[in-house]
Amino acid sequence: MAKSIDEYLRTQFMPHIWCPGCGHGIVLNALLRAVARLDLPKDQVCVVSGIGCASRAPGYLDFNTLHTTHGRAIAFATGIKLANPDLHVIVVTGDGDGAAIGGNHLIHAARRNMGVTTVMFNNSIYGMTNGQYSPLTPSGMFAATAPYGNVERNFDMCELVRASGANYVARATVAQARQLSTYIERAIENPGFAFVEAVGSCPTYFGRRNKLGSSLQMLETLKKNSVTAAAAAKLDPAELRGKIIIGEFYRGDAPGYIELYDGVIERAKEAAGK
Amino acid sequence: MAGKCDVRARLLQGNESCAEAALLAGVRFFAGYPITPSSEIAEILSARLPQLGGKFIQMEDEIASMAAVIGASLAGMKAMTATSGPGFSLKQENLGFASFTEVPCVIVNVQRTGPSTGLPTSPGQGDLMQARWGTHGDHPVVALYPSSVAETFDLTVKAVNIAETLRVPVILLMDEVVAHMRERVIVPCADEIEIAWRPRPTVAPSDYLPYDAGPDGVPAMADFGTGYRWHVTGLYHDITGFPTSAPAKVDHLVRRLEGKIANHRRDITFTWDEHMDDAKVAVVACGIVARSARRAVRLARGKGIAAGVFQPKTIWPFPYEQIAEIAARVDRIIVPEMNMGQLIGEVQRAACGKCEVIGHFRVDGEPITPEEILARLEEV
Repeated sequence: MAKSIDEYLRTQFMPHIWCPGCGHGIVLNALLRAVARLDLPKDQVCVVSGIGCASRAPGYLDFNTLHTTHGRAIAFATGIKLANPDLHVIVVTGDGDGAAIGGNHLIHAARRNMGVTTVMFNNSIYGMTNGQYSPLTPSGMFAATAPYGNVERNFDMCELVRASGANYVARATVAQARQLSTYIERAIENPGFAFVEAVGSCPTYFGRRNKLGSSLQMLETLKKNSVTAAAAAKLDPAELRGKIIIGEFYRGDAPGYIELYDGVIERAKEAAGK
Repeated sequence: MAGKCDVRARLLQGNESCAEAALLAGVRFFAGYPITPSSEIAEILSARLPQLGGKFIQMEDEIASMAAVIGASLAGMKAMTATSGPGFSLKQENLGFASFTEVPCVIVNVQRTGPSTGLPTSPGQGDLMQARWGTHGDHPVVALYPSSVAETFDLTVKAVNIAETLRVPVILLMDEVVAHMRERVIVPCADEIEIAWRPRPTVAPSDYLPYDAGPDGVPAMADFGTGYRWHVTGLYHDITGFPTSAPAKVDHLVRRLEGKIANHRRDITFTWDEHMDDAKVAVVACGIVARSARRAVRLARGKGIAAGVFQPKTIWPFPYEQIAEIAARVDRIIVPEMNMGQLIGEVQRAACGKCEVIGHFRVDGEPITPEEILARLEEV
């Protein structure tokens, strides 16, 4: 470890707003450890978020930080990256923010292979607004707006983002903190659009409503339900029900939008000079 | 354009005039989404921006394009977007964010007949109030409204400058007729126009308070990536930029934001008038309708009617003082507009009963003609 993560925190604002037992602290820790290992200068890091529990993270981070509107973080990040490609632009989003209201921006940033790293803090619920179901709430689970059980199917975000064209796609849970941090590190390093889904836990709303026990028990459950991508390939769909597939799903080097647009600038200048 | 600036008089389309003026004013970032009748602005800038090392991107929707504009501005580029009514509605959420976080940007709204999809793409002036109150909460905005292609050039430069100096979203309201017609424009050289930038911090990063404004109400703004690691949030924030819910700080912020526009009212209020000195009846009109009003007033003068015309080029903040002064010395004000009466409400507020205020509303997708206005001038 190059540095202590305290260096990246605006510690004057502690304690943070997250509930006791919330998994978001583990994800943020994994993110900051990745930044520390990469030894990124603080002035060159820009963290952008939308609205929700996860999106409160930037306020605590001593980087260039931007807390935007609900679901729109990736679109803001796109403007920042285009205006200053030297910045490491990292989007912090939740499952409601990034998969529901911001889902369109996510798939289009992946399609463009925009040079932005997105970390989705997936706690399976809208925590900030009292625990309504999100597009990542598993079918059958209960939520403030699913009192009879959620009948909607949930997205597989990694499949969605991979199919949309991202250069890097990985998933880990907060029960695999080191692995999660490694994935975030590789995501930041990888050119083009990179996506890491961090499956966490919300004991306050998701856990309590679904009788999943203490935060520690929820963490144990995440660990128990995690299956590596290699192991998952040998299991049939019935055996995979309720499991969380973890691992790196894709790592590519297709040219990103920023590099391709440099070519546009070159061709435009050439055309103007004629 | 390489070399000496020598092309002066040019025949430009309204949208083209807007795009070229934005480039001259230093705009180097455009994010947009296709919508008629504003599309030429995006098309032209997609070709011209990269020639100047700038960036153009067509986003997945109007919301995203407004967001990208704000992001680019935070990272130090002068940024703009262009749209029409339906897109303008979608941009309102992030327009409010830009207003509240004081991120300079320009939003061009080439209006068409609404509501909803309306009449694509016939002219209409239905977005005057949306420009002022389209997003939620009390917030400052500035809106400028040209009546010709030449004015479009001038007001686009002014819009960029005001956005930068006051750190406020500036809306350029255009009429479809102006956007699509071609007129002669004397294009100035870069060194002939004033180009403004946002105020920059003069203190060290450790002493930087991003929302600590001086007496003029406009705080200094650092670009992301320049060593000032500040926080931008749509939550109520104090001078440090971090969230607060302390009533005194909340009250201070909302009043400062309104105050910074009020403090600079005189600098950003642009108007035009003709034959107003001895007028007994005034026509107050904006955009393309001001052109018809000018013609109508000249015809009326030929018939011995003491008519005059007053055109607010700045719609927001509205020139209440000037209208009040006019109302005190004319018998009647006629307000022709291509909607069911938006401008007239502000004129009545300013006139405050001192003279008669009569509306003339046209909402069939056709422009108001000089003859229509003349007929109203002849009704005594």
